[in-house]
Amino acid sequence: MPKVPVQFTLNGEEKAEFVDSGATLLKALRDKIGDHSPKGGCHQGTCGACSVLVDGELKLSCLVLAETCQGASVTTAAGLAENGVLHPLQRAFIDGFAAQCGFCTPGMLMAAKSLLDRVPNPTRDDVVEAISGNICRCTGYEPIIQAVLTAARANSQNAA
Amino acid sequence: MKLAKEYFADQRQDDLNELGQSRQRSDVPGHVTGKTAYFADRNFPGMLYLKMVRSPHHHARIRGIDVSEAEKHPGVARVLTSKDIPHNVYTILILIQVGPEDEQVLAEDKVRWKGEAVVAVLADSERAASEAAAKVRIDYEVLPAVFDMEQALAPGAPLVNEYHGQNHYMYDSGASRKVRFGDVEKGFAEADHILEQTYLSSPIEQAPTETTGCIAVPEGNDRYTCYTNTQAMFFTLDNTSIILQMPGHKLHMVGGTVGGGFGGKVDVTVEPIAILAAKLTGRPVSFIYSRQEEMQISSPRAAEKIVIKDGVMKDGRLVARKVTGYTDAGAYSRHSPYGAQKGAAHYPGPYTVPNVSVDTWCVYTNRTPSSAMRGFGVTIADFALEVQMDKLARLIGMDPLEFRFINAYRDGDMKAHRQKTEGAALIECMQEAARVSNWPVADRYMKMSSYEGT
Repeated sequence: MPKVPVQFTLNGEEKAEFVDSGATLLKALRDKIGDHSPKGGCHQGTCGACSVLVDGELKLSCLVLAETCQGASVTTAAGLAENGVLHPLQRAFIDGFAAQCGFCTPGMLMAAKSLLDRVPNPTRDDVVEAISGNICRCTGYEPIIQAVLTAARANSQNAA
Repeated sequence: MKLAKEYFADQRQDDLNELGQSRQRSDVPGHVTGKTAYFADRNFPGMLYLKMVRSPHHHARIRGIDVSEAEKHPGVARVLTSKDIPHNVYTILILIQVGPEDEQVLAEDKVRWKGEAVVAVLADSERAASEAAAKVRIDYEVLPAVFDMEQALAPGAPLVNEYHGQNHYMYDSGASRKVRFGDVEKGFAEADHILEQTYLSSPIEQAPTETTGCIAVPEGNDRYTCYTNTQAMFFTLDNTSIILQMPGHKLHMVGGTVGGGFGGKVDVTVEPIAILAAKLTGRPVSFIYSRQEEMQISSPRAAEKIVIKDGVMKDGRLVARKVTGYTDAGAYSRHSPYGAQKGAAHYPGPYTVPNVSVDTWCVYTNRTPSSAMRGFGVTIADFALEVQMDKLARLIGMDPLEFRFINAYRDGDMKAHRQKTEGAALIECMQEAARVSNWPVADRYMKMSSYEGT
């Protein structure tokens, strides 16, 4: 299969790989670069487990071709913590029992981060809308919604 | 969280350190940082991808299989059929002597449900495996199929599974699992009212976000490591050992965090064929269900039909209960004979009924094999029983909660399947539920106890 070169920034680090032409960003991240934090739950854009940020925008990495990410900045759940300090969303998910099996968690965190980056003080409806493309089969969503609201409050207190 | 310490205070030393405390999950730091390793979070050089060719028919005889074009497809390493499987006909619960073996790893002469595995194609990319799978030619003679349990049990129905010889499981107690306690007909004769109702449920898919799968890796010394998201590691190890006729010490099963299971990953469907493929090719093999396979191929909760006939007195006492339960196993047993049997013991519910007769049937149809899901065999039973309890309360004009207090089992009561009740707490749970929901219940029920005066 023909290979194409692709170069992008992943969680602040330069990466360069040869990928199969037509390979998804999800496949490039997991199989080539070894960042397994985005999960493949459906490979058809319906479950949200593979959610990542590309140039700050929330994307389903199973529907994005790796070769279209040339020169982009990609952020995954593996890059949320900075210097070992957890992101407020990660802290809130831990404290609020917002993860059980954990498979949807990386995608859920990226959808929530995308929201808080745009809307620092979201309403409950904003949160529900933001995670509406992410399927969780364990928690029943309520602890996740509460954790995102808790993280938003923690953020705004830190900013004040 | 509140620990209601006033209940059973005299039965317990008050030195509880963990109950009532909130503790951080030990696995959650890995989940939020993306570090938790699921079975598929591994890369192996030279990996092959397995794509299964499945039956498009509910019931058909296989007249011929032609894999020659698939084998020629670029990137294909191997194509497997039933002839390659050392012990092709198996059943999971043979490990606890629940036979007969009734299911094919790869279909040989017949398919019994739409989606049954027939041919496994291995190629060096998922795309090549899918393209080659589309080139497998299977000649089917379509047979009449049966999808309804009543029709399956009726005379003249198409025979679903020849290994059983009839369209139901044969227990050592006969065609159904039986519980007999007291004299149910005498109970009905004495009852003030009789209520018979039928309850039906559909199959339910567990739909975990992580699909069923495994990666099998040859270790170069005739031993194989299998990274799997099974929920039943030793069922998988022992059944793989039987199917591959390979001693267990050659099989190294590695489990770990499962991305949601809910019972859907208790069957043994991917590991034996992936390990065999790794053995025959000498390469790592990835066999992971697509989302479509997870939703349509993996075994759901069984459809059930439950007929409950109860005799009740005007004062609220349940005096007789007769239940006939039908579990739709689909085309193969998997865990359904056990699920149906569990229902037989469960059906009187948490109530003391002096006259009970229960029959549960495990029925075969040409539907997707059903299996484990969250309390299978009893969850739908409880739905039916509790709806029935509400209907009975309404029938005699009694409050539904008070009606349950009257019939709740207590310590010392003999249950229908001859287990004496111990450690009952139903009454106390209902008292607390009544308190927190402000449901008015007469004082005499709020003073009842599961163990005092028994």
